[in-house]
Amino acid sequence: MVSKKGFFKGIANPPSWALKDHQVTPEGVFRDRRNIVKALGLGSLGASLPGQVQAGLFDLFGSDDKPAFAVQGLDYSKPSAFQINDKLTPEDKIIRHNNFYEFGTSKQDPFDNAQSFQVDPWELKIEGLVDKPLTLNLHDLTTKFGLEERTYRLRCVEAWSMVVPWVGFSLAELLKMAGVSNKATHVAFETLFDPDQMPGQKNRLMGGGIHYPYVEGVTIAEAMNELPFLAVGLYGKTLPPQNGAPVRLVLPWKYGFKSIKSVVKIRVTDKQPPTSWNQLASSEYGFYANVNPEVDHPRWSQASERSIGEGGLFSAKRIPTQMFNGYGDSVADLYKNLDLRKYY
Amino acid sequence: MRLTSRGLFWLKGFLHLCFMSPIIYLIVQVLTDNAGGDPVQYIIHFTGMGAINSLIVTLLISPIAKKFKQGLLLQTRRLVGLYVFAYACLHIAAFISLDLLFAWGFLFEEIIKRPYILVGFTGFVIASLLTITSFQAVKRNMGKRWQSLHNWVYVLAVLAPIHFYWSVKSEIIEPSIYIGIIMFLLWIRRRQIKMWLIKKETPTEVSKVSAKADSQS
Repeated sequence: MVSKKGFFKGIANPPSWALKDHQVTPEGVFRDRRNIVKALGLGSLGASLPGQVQAGLFDLFGSDDKPAFAVQGLDYSKPSAFQINDKLTPEDKIIRHNNFYEFGTSKQDPFDNAQSFQVDPWELKIEGLVDKPLTLNLHDLTTKFGLEERTYRLRCVEAWSMVVPWVGFSLAELLKMAGVSNKATHVAFETLFDPDQMPGQKNRLMGGGIHYPYVEGVTIAEAMNELPFLAVGLYGKTLPPQNGAPVRLVLPWKYGFKSIKSVVKIRVTDKQPPTSWNQLASSEYGFYANVNPEVDHPRWSQASERSIGEGGLFSAKRIPTQMFNGYGDSVADLYKNLDLRKYY
Repeated sequence: MRLTSRGLFWLKGFLHLCFMSPIIYLIVQVLTDNAGGDPVQYIIHFTGMGAINSLIVTLLISPIAKKFKQGLLLQTRRLVGLYVFAYACLHIAAFISLDLLFAWGFLFEEIIKRPYILVGFTGFVIASLLTITSFQAVKRNMGKRWQSLHNWVYVLAVLAPIHFYWSVKSEIIEPSIYIGIIMFLLWIRRRQIKMWLIKKETPTEVSKVSAKADSQS
């Protein structure tokens, strides 16, 4: 704002529309104000209590400041082909509402129990019917591929949904790098098995009776489609552990449980791999698990879903579920000759 | 030590505190953002557990009263029973308002189509009937029929853990523990329940027996 002329003469002549220095709020104060407003937003209940009581209450109810998992910013492009117009689910909800039974079966368990999860060193092995088996380390995951941001709908089999901006790379790209043999028919995935870090793998009561390590799989045609995505980031930063750090699969036209988290192994095979939820209850969870409003889960309807968006308890909306979660244009062809009632 | 009526007063106050505090805890958890990113399932599960836990407490009262010869204790059953109903109401209200978002047509369709919801709903109907007939005046008017209606609490005790077991995805250990506890509490009453069931099936014979008993007394 100080013109060259003003600098030489020692007198500044700012234009009449410019703010004077004393009118500008310093950045620090600006941020503090936001934090204060945020803190007040904790709830009218909090605001109505005297200070000491408040401190006591919040200590009692677990707002203890455990160090959160450290996430880093990522560089990525934003290809327009993989964006949708739906409003994003706030980050705060995406990182605090997770099914990740390795860290406990209730929705907030992963957020509570996964913050000290170690992702370095990490090894992701790509093996089986490939020309060049690969092993990627943590650094490779964010540097070996051109990262892109894709906004995908996520539909959980429990009939709630979110809209999530993932950062990562396409699964097909990785498989091409490894060189898939023409004998391959399926791709299998496996989550880390580490009971010391994952209490749900140690304790049946906490882990929901799943046989660990968690496994998943897709057909080779599904895997080579443009949609399957290996996410290493969320909202522009590396993934938090409750969302599947350091690398997870995202299959937006299938129910959420197919999108396996914290992957350590990708194996190209010539037979259909076992999948965790199918092993546990095959009448409820099929191998395909495509989002399909016409095929109900035995215990609940899949025709509509509760969309988790901005705002408080009463602001959620119920919306009709779309066939293939709205991704039919890209994937419907894969199932042309398949009876989706039988192969659910 | 025998429970006095003064002791009963304080015991009732204590029970109110015990059953109210989880509700206050839940409200604080939700208001302070400690019930997760999407508290809906948390609230539904929490209130459902409240109902089933209170149900177990009601079923515990009479065995305890018998064992320790504390007749006055029986007077807390209505209080605890009403909390079963209160938690069940919160549970259903949360399901309808927060999960289904008042899609009533969808709710009725679900009740008919989904066995676990049908089981839960049947339990709720029983709890409602027991609640509206829990007033002293109604009890007096109903005479003998009151007891036979209130024996339906045993049916409720069977339905509630089945509903719980059926509603979970895979975490069956916790509901199995509840089924075990309730089966035990019903087993203690096996004679009473058998009597109640037999009375229903063959009313003539039982009335003969009771007539005989009456003439003897």
